[in-house]
Amino acid sequence: MDSEIRYVAATGALGVGVHVESLEKSLEIEPAFIAADAGTTDAGPSSLGTGVPAFAREAVKRDLSALLSVTRKAKIPALIGSAGTAGGDPHVDWVLDIAREIVREQSITLRTAVIRSEQSKDYLLRLYREGRIRALDPAPPLSEHTIDRSARIVGMMGVEPLQDALEAGAEFVLAGRCSDPALFAALPILRGFPAGLSWHAGKVTECGTMACEGTRGGVLTATIRHHEAVLRPIGPGLRCTPQSIAAHSLYENAHPYLHKECAGTLDLTHSRYEAIDTSSVRITQSEFIPAADYTVKLEGAELIGYQSIMIGGIRDPYIIRRLDLWLGDVRSYICKLVERLLGIAENDWKLVFHVYGRNAVMGNIEPEMAATPHEVGIVVEATAATQELASKAVQLARQPFLHHGVPEWMGGITSFACLHNPAHIDRGPVYRFNLNHVAVPYSKTEMFRTEMIELGK
Amino acid sequence: MKLAELSSLIRSKNAGPFVLTFDIMFPDDESYQRVKRAGVLSPKKFAELFHCSENIVQFFECDNARAFKFSIPRPTSQGDLGDGDLHGGQQYVSLMDIEVP
Repeated sequence: MDSEIRYVAATGALGVGVHVESLEKSLEIEPAFIAADAGTTDAGPSSLGTGVPAFAREAVKRDLSALLSVTRKAKIPALIGSAGTAGGDPHVDWVLDIAREIVREQSITLRTAVIRSEQSKDYLLRLYREGRIRALDPAPPLSEHTIDRSARIVGMMGVEPLQDALEAGAEFVLAGRCSDPALFAALPILRGFPAGLSWHAGKVTECGTMACEGTRGGVLTATIRHHEAVLRPIGPGLRCTPQSIAAHSLYENAHPYLHKECAGTLDLTHSRYEAIDTSSVRITQSEFIPAADYTVKLEGAELIGYQSIMIGGIRDPYIIRRLDLWLGDVRSYICKLVERLLGIAENDWKLVFHVYGRNAVMGNIEPEMAATPHEVGIVVEATAATQELASKAVQLARQPFLHHGVPEWMGGITSFACLHNPAHIDRGPVYRFNLNHVAVPYSKTEMFRTEMIELGK
Repeated sequence: MKLAELSSLIRSKNAGPFVLTFDIMFPDDESYQRVKRAGVLSPKKFAELFHCSENIVQFFECDNARAFKFSIPRPTSQGDLGDGDLHGGQQYVSLMDIEVP
């Protein structure tokens, strides 16, 4: 059995900009594979709902091209997880199309495992009826109707489908929605290295050099041994310190020590972090606690409606000192107009005012509500069942905003400074996340479909 | 002294689309331990500042990272109507002015 396995995390997000020089230099450690996460829910529900990736095609092509070029040179596999932001079928197809283009341009062949993670509604309804979908905390309410009205649902794969693809000889693993650390833990665990250290190193490396101090240009490498994992960045001025690695383990997780994966829980309660030199850190004593049931996290998005917005500002202190009242009057005037002219009752569409300079960012928890700003910016946001209705509602909102006065002034004023002409901007369909649940499949791989494709032949 | 002056980083972020998490970090053990000993951070204090029930606040003291962590269910899920902070990144401000004796 090997005494260690080394790998490289090319970037925290494919499309943000791989540091090519560091990536090429990283071949010096003779990595067993290079991987990069390509998606996140952090971009919001829109990508999952619409099927459109959140990064520019050119940016993803540049990064993927660098990754494939370096891994083909070293004859090691490249892995991409959560393709195209949300990891649904259209997202995977989008990256596959980019890969085909790169393969043509580089005149290479590429044995590619495409692993799809989009879920059919019939399959999920069956699991739901059999009590095999469980809520996480907190979770929105779930019914058959939730599944039916979803625009798209993906399952988040663990290491198992990735391991199968690597064992089948894939040179490029293109995975749909995927647990970020699984991408990095798959091969180390397959080769018999401890699950706790493999998952923990994956957890740190999935964000690339974000776990490091110093500038962000570079790559992060990991060496997994049977009793330790060592993290070392490659890039100008980059260093890992025990605190930077420990702190990163907290990032974007509700619990600082427990991280739930399909097959169990990564437990960092007893993890130790030690400096090896000025830029490398050793991790020991991380544990992986196997779960009784194998579970797959579900992510779903459903259409809320279609949106149109208008942006503008108010500077008059007479209006600003009674802003809540003023906005309340304007709102009821708009709602009456919309009901009278478009025939939509107030409950059948949504009008939201985001008041910048007051509480647009923090809403009800804003601590400075007593302060009077000298200027406020307002985003008037209408959401309705069709784009036409949303656009018309915002068009109707403009006159009340422009001409609702204040008693201090005798005669008409223009109260609202519109930013644009036309004043309204159509935003198209908008989505919400509608699942925070896990599925309990009958087998570890049934939710994921792998296809081996020879690209460039 | 205010928490913002003692800490090296106060941040908030989504932990998935349904949870907000807050991290408070320190440059050295002395400042971390000073805040820990003072006991000024607690679910009760957080609930007061963020107008929520104490029961939904998770609180962690992480000695190895010299960090405190709070997590709460998001008041509005990420990107849903009315959510003004898609990444949850600008929700920590109320923690900055906590007085540390």
